Amino acid sequence: MLNCYLKGQQEHERPEFIPYAHLRIRTKQKVTVEVLDHLEHLALVDFRDSEGVERLQKAIQFADQLHEVNTDGVEPMDSVLEDRCLYLREDDVTEGNCTEELLKNAREKVEEYFVAPPGNIPLPKLEERETFLKGS
Amino acid sequence: QRCLSLIKSTKFLNAYITVAEETALKQAEESEKRYKRGQPLGVLDGIPIAVKDNFNTAGIETTCASNMLKGYISPYNATVVQKLLDQGAVLLGKTNLDEFAMGSGSTDGVFGPVRNPWSYSRQYKEKSVPKSHSEDKDSNWVITGGSSGGSAAAVSSFTCFAALGSDTGGSTRNPAAHCGVVGLKPTYGLISRHGLIPLVNSMDVPGILTRCVDDAAVVLGSLAGHDPKDSTTIQDNFKPFELSDLTDVSKLSIGIPKEYHAPGLSSEILALWSKAADLFKNAGAKVIEVSLPHTRYSIVCYHVLCTAEVASNMARFDGLEYGHRSDMNKSTESMYAATRREGFNDVVRGRILSGNYFLLKQNYENYFIKAQKVRRLIANDFVKVFGSGVDILLTPTTLSDAIPYMEFIKEDNRTRSAQDDILTQAANMAGLPAINVPTALSERGLPVGLQFIGRSFQEKQLLTVAKWFEKQVKFPMIQLDEHNGNLKQISKP
Repeated sequence: MLNCYLKGQQEHERPEFIPYAHLRIRTKQKVTVEVLDHLEHLALVDFRDSEGVERLQKAIQFADQLHEVNTDGVEPMDSVLEDRCLYLREDDVTEGNCTEELLKNAREKVEEYFVAPPGNIPLPKLEERETFLKGS
Repeated sequence: QRCLSLIKSTKFLNAYITVAEETALKQAEESEKRYKRGQPLGVLDGIPIAVKDNFNTAGIETTCASNMLKGYISPYNATVVQKLLDQGAVLLGKTNLDEFAMGSGSTDGVFGPVRNPWSYSRQYKEKSVPKSHSEDKDSNWVITGGSSGGSAAAVSSFTCFAALGSDTGGSTRNPAAHCGVVGLKPTYGLISRHGLIPLVNSMDVPGILTRCVDDAAVVLGSLAGHDPKDSTTIQDNFKPFELSDLTDVSKLSIGIPKEYHAPGLSSEILALWSKAADLFKNAGAKVIEVSLPHTRYSIVCYHVLCTAEVASNMARFDGLEYGHRSDMNKSTESMYAATRREGFNDVVRGRILSGNYFLLKQNYENYFIKAQKVRRLIANDFVKVFGSGVDILLTPTTLSDAIPYMEFIKEDNRTRSAQDDILTQAANMAGLPAINVPTALSERGLPVGLQFIGRSFQEKQLLTVAKWFEKQVKFPMIQLDEHNGNLKQISKP
């Protein structure tokens, strides 16, 4: 499992005292092409060039510092307002009917519909896509 | 009108993306009529303001400095904008920013970087070493800081009296410090975020930039309060307050967090920080050193949470309902992919991809959940410190004064954000109010500010202390050269 492997690596490298931790570079295995492809597919955004991939690598290295902190027994925090009750208003319609205004911003529309190209065609596979990852 | 002509003459600052000239003049006219009748709409009637370009403004183009939203005219006003207009304020235009408010220099938007008006001040020019003749005289202008750089530059160059920014990781206080204006980040949940194009839903707040602390209090008074359109605003009643003059500082307890002496902090700012602490001590306040042990992880934590939320928030930009749309028509997915490739710049795309990485099933527990746990630790740090009797924390806002643009762009956006946000970020993590007060000029003639962090929803106390400090410090006014027009006439209110 990817998780355990990564965790194993970190424990091995962690020294006792780390000055200026956020500036230190850690060695880490490179992210695989499958993961990169998966990410491109999920985000529908491409890496464009090796700089993009480098950026992701560096971001992951940077985020690895989180593992230095001991968070045993700590609950994750979703919001700073977690102690308060969320406001819910009555389920009445108070505004709307602005169809024309909203449609003004869309480029392609027919009557009151937004027009999209056919949706059941999946994104082309990695080999056929015009993306940088083809080369790597 | 004077402001409008000033905007034109300071165009080289690139502070404004859109100047709403006709509507502004119309609003100003109506405001004058109201004053003649003796019926101003509110405290802000007739005051020219500028709004950062990630707030929706009806009828005015809202771009977030991105290709994705170029030409997008919002059909509605953000709540804060509406509140200002209801008070009669005159909206001058939309200011420049980093693309989608990501960055700490206001240099990454598609409309170009924003120049710090202090680069053209007499104070900076006197101190800067003249470079060799062959170099372009214009090239050593400094950045404004980010990401609300346009708003800060607008306020600082007298083109408006107040401006709205947004603060997710220090985006209001950072440019406020570099441009010598007051930047207030209210408590999360105090001011409505409806209409603010979101970056990180759990940390964004609209920020206020003004030239003095009183102004900030006035603007806060009209903006704060519950909004049924934003469910993350608290329901407590908010009463706008007037700042009284603090005469007795001895009941105050000021905390100096030692971790804020971060690596890279310039010795000037360190000296200034100590001087400020001494100022409070000599006035009788209790000044104690405190510890916020998880401070240095706040940037890492922010990095993970921010990219994760960004990946989610940017998913709405698919070109279908609004904004840029590419011509690729083969299938929905390829259209989305092409639109997003063309619409976003490298910074945004990088963050989306990193965010998606951290949210992958195999990484979720390790990164995202872990970051949330660290967030709780950071918030608890603050709770502990405030619980031990400290009223206000005094810290520096930035690591150094504004650096020249040429130097800034040598490092990429993420590295820069990581370096510059380190002092301002923790307040966003914990949702606490914070304010930057311009303190003094650095050796290079550029402004430096100090930050006060207060308890949740205790803006009144925070602003009162800030006002006292402001009076003690007497920050000098920017002296722009004569060719910038009728500056003397628009003096501080």
